[in-house]
Amino acid sequence: MILVGFILVLGLGGLFAWVFGRRHPAAPRWIALVACVAAGLLALGIRPSVPGSVWLAELNVPWVAPLGIRFHLAVDGLSLLLLLLTAFLGVMAVLSSWTAIRERVGLYYLNLLLALAGISGVFLAMDLFLFYFSWELMLVPMYFLIALWGHENRHRAAVKFFLFTQLGGLLMLLAILGLYVAHGRATGEYTFDYPRLLGTVLTPSVALWLMLGFAAAFFVKLPAVPFHTWLPDAHTEAPTGGSVILAGLLLKTGAYGLIRFAVPLFPGAAAQLAPTAMVLGTIGILYGAMLAFAQTDLKRLVAYTSVSHLGFVLLGIFAGTTLALQGAVMQMICHGLSTGALFMLVGSLDERLHTRDLRRMGGLQTVVPRLGTMAMVLALASLGLPGLGNFVGEFLVLLGTFPVNAGLTAVATIGFVVATVYALWMIAQAFHGPVRESRTIADLTGREMGVMVATIAALLWLGLFPQRVLDLAAPAIERAQRLGPSIEVHHAP
Amino acid sequence: MHHDAVMALSPLLILAGTAIVVLLASAFCRSHRLAVGLTLAGLAAAFAALAVAWPHAPRLVTALLVIDRFALFYMGMIIAATFAVVMFAHDYLETNYGPVGADAESPTFRREEFYVLLLLAATGAAVLVASVHFASFFLGLELLSVALYALVAYRRENGLGIEAGVKYLILGGTSSAFLLFGMALVYAALGSLEFAGMAHSMTQGAAGGLLPLAGVALMIVGVGFKLSVVPFHGWAPDVYQGASAPATAFVATVSKGAVFALLLRFFGMLQVPRHGSVATAVALLAVASMFAGNWLALLQSNVKRMLAYSSIAHMGYLLVALLAVGAWAPIAVACYLTAYFVTTLGAFGVVAALSPRSRDADVVEDYRSLAWRRPWTAGVFTAMLLSLAGIPLTIGFIGKFTVLAAGVSSNLWLLVVVLVINSVIGLFYYLRLIAVMYRLPAEGTAVVVASPLPQMSRAALFILTLALVALGAYPAPLIRVIQACMAP
Repeated sequence: MILVGFILVLGLGGLFAWVFGRRHPAAPRWIALVACVAAGLLALGIRPSVPGSVWLAELNVPWVAPLGIRFHLAVDGLSLLLLLLTAFLGVMAVLSSWTAIRERVGLYYLNLLLALAGISGVFLAMDLFLFYFSWELMLVPMYFLIALWGHENRHRAAVKFFLFTQLGGLLMLLAILGLYVAHGRATGEYTFDYPRLLGTVLTPSVALWLMLGFAAAFFVKLPAVPFHTWLPDAHTEAPTGGSVILAGLLLKTGAYGLIRFAVPLFPGAAAQLAPTAMVLGTIGILYGAMLAFAQTDLKRLVAYTSVSHLGFVLLGIFAGTTLALQGAVMQMICHGLSTGALFMLVGSLDERLHTRDLRRMGGLQTVVPRLGTMAMVLALASLGLPGLGNFVGEFLVLLGTFPVNAGLTAVATIGFVVATVYALWMIAQAFHGPVRESRTIADLTGREMGVMVATIAALLWLGLFPQRVLDLAAPAIERAQRLGPSIEVHHAP
Repeated sequence: MHHDAVMALSPLLILAGTAIVVLLASAFCRSHRLAVGLTLAGLAAAFAALAVAWPHAPRLVTALLVIDRFALFYMGMIIAATFAVVMFAHDYLETNYGPVGADAESPTFRREEFYVLLLLAATGAAVLVASVHFASFFLGLELLSVALYALVAYRRENGLGIEAGVKYLILGGTSSAFLLFGMALVYAALGSLEFAGMAHSMTQGAAGGLLPLAGVALMIVGVGFKLSVVPFHGWAPDVYQGASAPATAFVATVSKGAVFALLLRFFGMLQVPRHGSVATAVALLAVASMFAGNWLALLQSNVKRMLAYSSIAHMGYLLVALLAVGAWAPIAVACYLTAYFVTTLGAFGVVAALSPRSRDADVVEDYRSLAWRRPWTAGVFTAMLLSLAGIPLTIGFIGKFTVLAAGVSSNLWLLVVVLVINSVIGLFYYLRLIAVMYRLPAEGTAVVVASPLPQMSRAALFILTLALVALGAYPAPLIRVIQACMAP
């Protein structure tokens, strides 16, 4: 029940925010904040209930019984980590929208919280129909967030985002149905239930096609080069709160889908696809970093760094070793925190300067010292400074990939160098050097400082004591690790 | 006629009787409210009669009609849809032809006949879904079509309406001729007008040769016109645009749905092979309808024309389900048609309810910043458009899901991939309209919160939206009913 509670708190919070927003313009943000905090507390309250069960908590009731669809929610360590991330970034998104959203406030928080509810549905669903349902459901509020509250080119960006993800999602739906039919034909039991489908025996070619269907959705969402072109537009045009959720959470759903579904369901096909995927990941690391360096729009720059960082995740997942997968999970969480916070900072700057153009900044360190310092720390996290969580993630990925493919590892390591270049260049352009336009603007407020300090504390904790997180994610990682054709034997009933 | 047969036929009898009662009533007493009241009461009674007929199903009534659960299910859909159309039509006709204070010249007459025509058309549709004989097939179709010719051209003072009516009449007549000739050829080859008799002759090996194939080809042309599948779709955009919004809603839902149900029965009873020339032809029609419908919808600036092309695409999706094998085909078709009915009625209901006097709200300008003037209506229209696009939590998704499942389980991979690509194209123009509705009002224009929609339209839209969301979130009851009705 705690799992339904998590989704309901967010969904109902959104409805309340909308209803009360008509009377009180300040009410929605408080309601949204309370809802996110409450969701976080609920997630913290999850403790192993059934000894020996794979899941820490589970809910499994019939939904559309005639078609074998169940309302199956379950949480293991990996899902729990992502739920906590969802709640944390939810709070961050609400706080970053605190003063930035002035129009249709109630509707804004409704969409924000519904997007969060959909995302938590994705992280919790253990029925493939329910998974697809949530997968699509998180898109609609996200579309509205971008299309209604975004910047200049919002409509184009919103439509592009929706169409890309929709095409990927529908191909995944076909794959889900293919798996459903194949399992039904083989066993006589038509079901969408993930644990039951795990053992399905498929011929290699069928498995590969189905895997490609799943990969279409997840690669678009991740994003893997060359399916990334929606990302810079969507991230740049979205309102700050939307960017936080997009970068921090939506991209993670792609990585999560690979770890949870694509690889364990089709281990043989995943092994076949692995070399290509690892190359794509490596290309993403370098290409994203290089494009980030070429940007003059601060927000677009941060958006491209996501392409680079998620390249590490893709590389780690398909390298398939324990270390690499641990690194991928670590990177997912740390990237969510650091990039979310960076987007919030960009939003704060934009709110004060009314521009995101790096060429019009410069010398801001003396004007807004707190903002500059926070940006510096986050930039260091982004470039992978040891001691902060991102380093652990990227380092583990490289370490785990080395025995699999030393050449690619060497190339991917160059990503570290380019990351250092763009991160420091960004700081130098914006906060140091000559003052290009003199302004007097306010420094970070207590609200913003609070979020930054909390984020950096979390990153430090993850960087210094990563073991707790790795232990929590271990069971899911183990399942995703059984790459390779040997699995057919293991799964034969 | 035997007592049982009367019971089984009671929904049809009540429908036909209501048409006569409304006709007589309006001959003696010209009252819009009376006509609407009688029509709604008759429809409600006919719906209730479905329960009376249920225990008698399946029952063959003469050689022409069979009242089985399949027929009762689709009759229920037809009656419910007609009910909604009547509710929209009431407000629409009241706005357009109702008395206006100062305007004494305004045509306050000509409202009651609309319902007579609707009831006749609904009766024809109900005959269609129950027919197992070429004669009843043709009679039902003509009853439906002739009533529709008048309905489409109902707004005589409007040039577009006349144009639409004439176009529909000529093309409809031509398609009927094709259909009749096709029937004759099939009859010549198989020696029977009954579906069951034809199926029997076919098992005897009489299906070979060119004659029956030519007959089926001509029939496909005729039926293709009614369903407006590409390349027989030319009339749809003009008729959709020219006819009044409630009449368009009826053409889009009841008329197409009934013909499709008949096609499903015909294909099922004759065991039309899912491969071979007929299946290939249907597959080609499906692909052409999906691509052409969606592609042309992209280019439209008129909302009714856009919905016309989108409905062409939806017919293409349905044809995919028709080609599926086994138990999936009827279930997927029924699910999709239910979703399509609810959504299309809702969409045209919004258009009808928003239409001012003497013109339909069909240009994009009518919807610009609608969310500020009418937040609820904009929300309803958004839900309808998302359902047409097949987004989860709407019934449209359930429909699309079952069609895809049917296609995948029958290994129609090419068709389902085409369907997926087209869903994405479709999403583009639905989103475009949604974005227009939520656009910020232009600078300087004061936001006027418009007066609420007419009561009946509001009620109908509320029910349709409720069904859309409730069945989208919890489709189990719907699927159970459909499974019970479609079980062989």
